[in-house]
Parts: sequence; structure tokens; C-alpha cells
Amino acid sequence: MKKLIIAATFGILFSVTALVSFSAVAAGPSIELDKANNDLSDKESLKKGFKTYLNYCLGCHQLQYQRYNRTFVDLGIEEADGVANFMPTGDKVGGHILNTMPEKEAAKWFGSAPPDLTLEARLRSPDWIYTYLRSFHIDESRPFGVNNTVFKDVGMPHVLQNLQGVSTLTVSKKLDSHGEEHEVSTLSPAMGGSLTAEEYDVVVRDLTNFLEYVGEPNKLERKALGYWVLAFLFFFFILTYFLKKEYWKDVH
Amino acid sequence: MLMKLATDFMGWIDKRLPVTDAWNKHLAQYPAPKNFNFWYFFGSLAMLVLVNQILTGIWLTMNYEPSGEGAFASIEYIMRDVDFGWLLRYMHSTGASAFFVVVYMHMMRGLMYGSYQKPRELLWIFGMLIFLVLMAEAFMGYLLPWGNMSYWGAQVIISLFGAVPIIGDDLTLWIRGDYVISGATLNRFFALHVIAMPLVLVILVFLHILALHEVGSNNPEGVDIKKPKGSVKPEELSKFTFHKQYSEKYDIVDAVPFHPYYSVKDIMGVAGFLFLFCWVMFFAPEGGGYFMEAPNFTPANGLKTPEHIAPVWYFGPFYTILRVVPDKLLGAVAMFGAIVMLFALPWFDRGTVKSVRYRSKLHLVNLIQFAICFVVLGALGTMPATPVANLIGVIASFGYFGFFIALWFYSKNENTKPVPERIAD
Repeated sequence: MKKLIIAATFGILFSVTALVSFSAVAAGPSIELDKANNDLSDKESLKKGFKTYLNYCLGCHQLQYQRYNRTFVDLGIEEADGVANFMPTGDKVGGHILNTMPEKEAAKWFGSAPPDLTLEARLRSPDWIYTYLRSFHIDESRPFGVNNTVFKDVGMPHVLQNLQGVSTLTVSKKLDSHGEEHEVSTLSPAMGGSLTAEEYDVVVRDLTNFLEYVGEPNKLERKALGYWVLAFLFFFFILTYFLKKEYWKDVH
Repeated sequence: MLMKLATDFMGWIDKRLPVTDAWNKHLAQYPAPKNFNFWYFFGSLAMLVLVNQILTGIWLTMNYEPSGEGAFASIEYIMRDVDFGWLLRYMHSTGASAFFVVVYMHMMRGLMYGSYQKPRELLWIFGMLIFLVLMAEAFMGYLLPWGNMSYWGAQVIISLFGAVPIIGDDLTLWIRGDYVISGATLNRFFALHVIAMPLVLVILVFLHILALHEVGSNNPEGVDIKKPKGSVKPEELSKFTFHKQYSEKYDIVDAVPFHPYYSVKDIMGVAGFLFLFCWVMFFAPEGGGYFMEAPNFTPANGLKTPEHIAPVWYFGPFYTILRVVPDKLLGAVAMFGAIVMLFALPWFDRGTVKSVRYRSKLHLVNLIQFAICFVVLGALGTMPATPVANLIGVIASFGYFGFFIALWFYSKNENTKPVPERIAD
């Protein structure tokens, strides 16, 4: 019994220290992000996101690791439909989703070349993308007249401005519960867009959803397979437990 | 008829190569103490993970392109276009972290039950060499995806060698094969990662097991199961048959043949381990950003430093020790010193009682504080350096080194409990 207690103490101490120490690190980023609440299994949302991407993003941002036909299959788009409606650049259907922007010139135009976005959702997180695209505001000091609260001084213009309109930023000072002064940034409701705030959120959510899909096209397959593997291993464990018990009867 | 054919065939082989004898010596008639507990799963699990890394590694190599221009894209090719490529890749990446979890647990077991003490010093040294090569293997492997954290992590670690007086700069140049980390570095790391290091690793594992079977396995009681020949009454001898190499020299008590008793038990361990492993691999392959760090989802860029360069979690403890020392050279010395201390552990411990169960309270406390310090150092290694983190890091570093120093002092005349002659049922 005593041995058991010592062994257990070790185990618990070890795991608790590990858990506490490592979760202390994982204490989130400094900017508070809104939850995207996107749903990878929602193919309609993915399709709309794909469409938005082709219309608004692809001009500058490639998806150089993702293929058109793979995307069609995963999103449930018939190939003929895909070629007609989802391939603005007229590439081969098995080709990667590329654009023709010259990188060197692009770097001159925007300060740095617009990055490839295939893995953006894995690099930044879907919540980041969702919040970022809803955080542009007027800033006349910037080349394109806008700035972003999530990505300060970003080189990108507010591409979705005709949909969302544009917000203004007000910075006020507030006292927190400890009596310390903090700057609080508030974005005004966007004005002048063709969509309502709710409609715009849906567009961005669909786009975020698509980018999460593109980041790891096998994500759903991975999880689906995972359940089967875990179920198998669970029964395998029980089987091996009884096998071991049977053998060890001779010893005890 | 078929049985006779098989027997004849094995007879033919055995006359030319002692296969049956080796099987018996190392498995079917190898005497293993009957009281192995939870902590004894990790040796066989380490072997399992090694096999996993080698097999998945072979298949990854078939589609990986070791060049600065192609490496990052080839990983995405594996993730998207190769059938089950994503599974191979995640098995390999999760396997790397699992390897260290398993090895750290295996080492902790050694510490708890004194498995490094005489006569197992060489066994321990081989184990430590495996650990060292494993770190080199993991470090080089982490460069191969050619992500931005791969690049900058390698940059930080290689620059450590620059702290060596006089030859430092030439040494880093020699390691990188270039003035900065480049395709040349990637290529040589690939060669070392896929052939040189694994080869050394496999040879060392082989020696580790040979050395183990020469001296015999320790156990949670730290009681020897090999008694002097003729000292045990015949009715108290183990009822199992053991290979003559062991039973001719010793009277063997409280032991079972490794196979089938521990082979079936280890299979159970494998099932339990795989459950946890697959849980992580299928549902959180990024390991919360610890197994795959976010900046690695953008290609290596020598002009764009990640906000916070952190080594992978398993290097954390040693990285923190490096970082809390203000001087670069002394920091590197402290870091390598931390590993040297582990190598020298059999000589720091001057006691004769092996298991923590029969050692002093002081030893138990020392062991616990060491384990805690190790984990804290590991966590700190993945965090940005703040003054508070630094202070905790200094304290934990003292705890780490203090373990060995204190052990050397108290182990000579330690207030131990009487060790039983035999393993109780």
C-alpha cells in the first residue's frame, strides 16, 4: 500500500506540475479574438467561402499547395461546375490555385509581397482570421487609408470594404478594478457597405471556414478515422488485459 | 509432416546460426524479476516508438525533398497528395514527442529504483548515449520541414557552438556548411537524420539491451534475483527454466521468463500507450502548439524572425539552463554540464541501496524536487524570458544540479532501511 501511495504521489506530482507549468505558457495572445464558430462539415459554407476567396483574395494571395480538383471533390462541387464557375484563371483542373502577381513588384506595391494563405489558418488560427477581417478601420496615415486592430500597420487594403463598409477607431482610457489606466479601443459600426453587420459576419465566417479547410484538407477524415482507431484500441486493450491476466495466473 | 519439416529446418539453421539459442537467451528463458510495475513499460515502448520512427521515416523520405527550395512544399505535398501521407507525417511528428515522453519516464524509473548503480553503470552510459544521439536526431529532424521555427530554432542552437573560444566561428561554419543556415545545412542534416544518427541509435539500443541482459534487470525493490550458486534451497528456486548462461552461474529466484510473461504484459502496455498516442495524433497532432509550433506553418525566412523563438518542448529543460546563465559560453557549459551530470550519476550516488523504497526520506525528497525542477525547467524553456521566469529558472537550475551534489554528500552514510533478501509476493 505504501509503495502504491509513493508511486501515485510521484505520478500525480509529475503530471500536475507538467500541466500547470505548460498551461501557464498557453495563456492566450494579447489581442482578444472573436470566436469564428465555423463548421468544417458545412459544405455550403465552404463553397461560399471558396467563392469569396476566388473573388476577393486570390488576386493577391495564392493557395499554392492546394489543387482545384481536390477542392472540388472535398467541397462536393461537380468537376464541370467547378471548371465553369470556380476557376477564374483558366488553369488545368489538377493544378494548384495560383495567381499571376509578380512577387517583386508586389513587394514594392504593398511593402511586402502578399503571403500565400494555404496554411494561414494553421499559422494564425481561424479565430484570428475571423477577427482580423472584421477589424479594419479608417487611418489616413496609412497608404490605403485603413489600419487594423489585430494586425497593426498591415500592408493590406480593406479588400472587403464594399461589403462591410469601414469603421472608425476610438481609443478611450478606462480604469480597471486595480485602479490602473488602460487604453480601450472600440470600433464603430461599419458604414457604407452593401451588407448588414450580420450578413458580413457570415461572409467572413464562410471565408474563415474555407481557409481552415484549405489549411488541412484531411482534418475531418483524420478525426473520423481517429474514432475508429481509438475504439479498436480500447477493445484491444481489454483483450490484452485479460490475456496478461491469464498468463500471469501461473506466477501468482 | 509439416511440423517435422519445420523442426528440421530450424535444426539446419541452428547448426549454422544459433537462432533458437538467442531466442531463449534473450526472450523465452531470460529471467526477469516478477515484480515489474507501471514504470517498466517504458523500455519496450521506447523500442516501439523507435520502430515507428524508422518505418514512417522511410515512407516520408520517399516523397520528401531535401532542398531549401522544395522542402516546405514537399511536406505539404505529403500532407495533401500522398495517400495517407498526412497519417505518416503525424505518426512521425507525434512519435518524436512521444519518444521523449517515453525516454524521460524510462530515465525517471532508473532514478527511482537505482538502476544506474553498480553493476549497471555501463548500461546507464549506453542509455545516456542513446539520449544524446536522440536529441541530435530530433534537433536535425526538426529542421527538415523547413518552416520558420525550424530555421530559427536551428539558428539559435547552432550559434551556441560559436561560444566555444577561439574555434567557435569556424565550428559553426563547419556545422552549417554555409555562413547562414541554408539549403546546404538542410541537406547535411537530412543525411545525418535519415542514415547516420538512426544507424548509431540502433547500434546503441542493441548494446543497451546486451548490457542489460549481461547484468540482468533491476526491479522496483532493488533486490537482486540472482543469488550465489548453491545458496538457495532447491524448493525456493524459480519454477521456470532459464537459459544456462544465467542458471549455471546463479541460483535464480522470484523471476519469470521474459517471454511470454512480459511479452504479453508489454503488449498490454503497448495497447494503453497507443490509445493515448492515437488520441493526440488524430485529435491534436499539433500538440497544442508544442509538438508543431505555429510559425512552422510558414516557410523558413532568414529575414523574418518569429516573435518568440522557442525550442520544441523536449529541449526545454536544457534550453532554460542555458538561458538563465547571463554569459553565453558559461550558459552553454552549464547546459552540457546538465547532461554530463546525468552521465556521471552512477558515481555521484555512493550508496548501495538501490530502490527509493528502502532509501532515506531525504533521498525521496531530493528525487521529487529533481523531477519537479526538471518539469518546471521544461515549461520555462517554451516561454518567453521574463524576469520572473528567469528567477524561477535559476531556482530550478539549482534544484537540478543540487540533486546530484546533495546525492553525493548524503549517499555515503545514508540512513537507509533494511533491504529484504527476496521480492515479496
